[in-house]
Amino acid sequence: MAPPRPPRAAAGGHAGDRLFAAVLTALGGAVLLVVGVVVLELYRVAQPALAKGGLRFLLDRDWDPVLGSFGALPFVYGTLVTSGVALLVAVPVSVGLALFLSEMGPPRLRPIVSFLIETLAAIPSVVYGLWGLFVVVPLLRDHVEPALGRALGFLPLFRGAPIGLGYLAAGLLLAIMILPTISSVTSEVLKTVPSSLREGALALGATRWEAIRLAVLPYARPGILGAVLLGLGRALGETMAVTMVIGNAPEISASLFAPGYSLPAVIANEFAEASGALHLGALAGLALVLFGLALVMNSAARLLVRLVARGGRAAA
Amino acid sequence: MRSLALRRTVNVAVTILCGAMVLVAVIPLGSLLWLVVSHGAAGLNLSFFTSLPTPVGEPGGGVGNAILGTAMLVGLACLVGLPLGIGAGVFLAERGDGPFGRAVRFTAEVFSGVPSIVIGIVAYGLVVVTMHRFSMLAGGLALALLMVPTLARSTEELVRLVPQSLREASLALGVPAWKTSLRVVLRTALGGVVTAVLLAIARAAGETAPLLFTSLNNQYWNVRPDQPTASLTVQIFNYAISPYEDWHQKAWSAALVLLLLVGGLNLLARFALRRSAAGGGHA
Repeated sequence: MAPPRPPRAAAGGHAGDRLFAAVLTALGGAVLLVVGVVVLELYRVAQPALAKGGLRFLLDRDWDPVLGSFGALPFVYGTLVTSGVALLVAVPVSVGLALFLSEMGPPRLRPIVSFLIETLAAIPSVVYGLWGLFVVVPLLRDHVEPALGRALGFLPLFRGAPIGLGYLAAGLLLAIMILPTISSVTSEVLKTVPSSLREGALALGATRWEAIRLAVLPYARPGILGAVLLGLGRALGETMAVTMVIGNAPEISASLFAPGYSLPAVIANEFAEASGALHLGALAGLALVLFGLALVMNSAARLLVRLVARGGRAAA
Repeated sequence: MRSLALRRTVNVAVTILCGAMVLVAVIPLGSLLWLVVSHGAAGLNLSFFTSLPTPVGEPGGGVGNAILGTAMLVGLACLVGLPLGIGAGVFLAERGDGPFGRAVRFTAEVFSGVPSIVIGIVAYGLVVVTMHRFSMLAGGLALALLMVPTLARSTEELVRLVPQSLREASLALGVPAWKTSLRVVLRTALGGVVTAVLLAIARAAGETAPLLFTSLNNQYWNVRPDQPTASLTVQIFNYAISPYEDWHQKAWSAALVLLLLVGGLNLLARFALRRSAAGGGHA
């Protein structure tokens, strides 16, 4: 996949080349430096809160800045629940989309669909929030939630007053926002599957779907998992749209209809008006958790995607 | 063994299901675009682009200062972010094959997924705390930090697309390697790099979260980098979560302006890429 490396013959000889190489290396190093500064700075702002409670504050469920109690559990819970809902909805849809884009769709439709998905990715988060607030929330409140409550109300997940604002609204909005990420990475992964596998299955008399199910998908599975993790990383950190529709109540509720709160949302709402180093520190501590989660998800995702691409090269 | 008819039916069913998934994804997009245009267009007129926001209930008023603020924030971000991002990208493409280069590439890849609100806190710690006030400078720094990793990765991809024969021809003529990189390779990749820059600008213009507590907001015209400043996205957020019908209307109109801006930049990016592709074929 990677083009051959550029010639090095002239490097090192010429004074201009040495200078150029030094400047380039410095610029590359600057990327590492930027990341280092980010980590140190986050840690520094979070320091007062970390010094007080350590990471134990993650497991505390009371959040009351006025009383000085900072427990992050409601936000961790809200982040996990909304991301979970988002994945449940987004994964089947995006895998279907990716199959359409790389295997099944009529070739003439594919560029149009991929253009539309790119458009979906380019819309700013705050615009999704606006749309969510005035379209998705009323729709959920007046139609979807009452119907779900009637049909599945025996589950605690679907009990309670249909408010509209809450975990479900945030999860659905997140699902739409991470669709483009998962589907585009998945279709990239599907493209790296060696065509000999597909052809082999077809030659044995498989239908197109059977070739995909028996030959393509098993091969691409780690890469698809990588795409899902990448989407999950996006969902965990997505701020504006969630802040606008999740309801912003620092509570833990079993029902998806109930208002909740997420890690990025509480930072967005409270940081500018945080009183005192401890409150700021607690919010920065939440950001540190978010940063850690994003790094883990992204590294795992990249490694998985690379695994499939490398296998493809070796087999080809 | 299942019958052929059944297997064919399943094949068709799955194909239709995948097509349905396309609809599932496209319906929200259609609804969103339609509502932003239909709600937003009503409030658009010349003064919406040129005047200051008005208090609730007072007719007229616009987002002129927010448009200016977004432009200045993005401009500031470009001053820092473009040289760093493009430079790092050229480094990755030209000298990034060693362990150091691989470390930089992996860091950039992973860092591009860091939530933007986290970067906002970093800019807050570095600039707002130091200067004791919210400022355009802090917001610009946050956007610059967000630009660097994605710009570096896309620049790398584009520089790598430059045919090896071009490099060899230049080197064979005795042009030093650094001049080859700058004058031949980077110039050939220019259209692509312009595309990457336009996309980075579009993304920065659409960011809200890192601006909430760096550049904050401002009800007046502001061109001073050490003062809080308005931005389109923060303005949309504030209008949207307010309880006033009148401000909701303005949120839709401001969203339409933002979408036109972001969409315009994306179209421009496509155009730049197409032109460079044509140029590449010529060379």
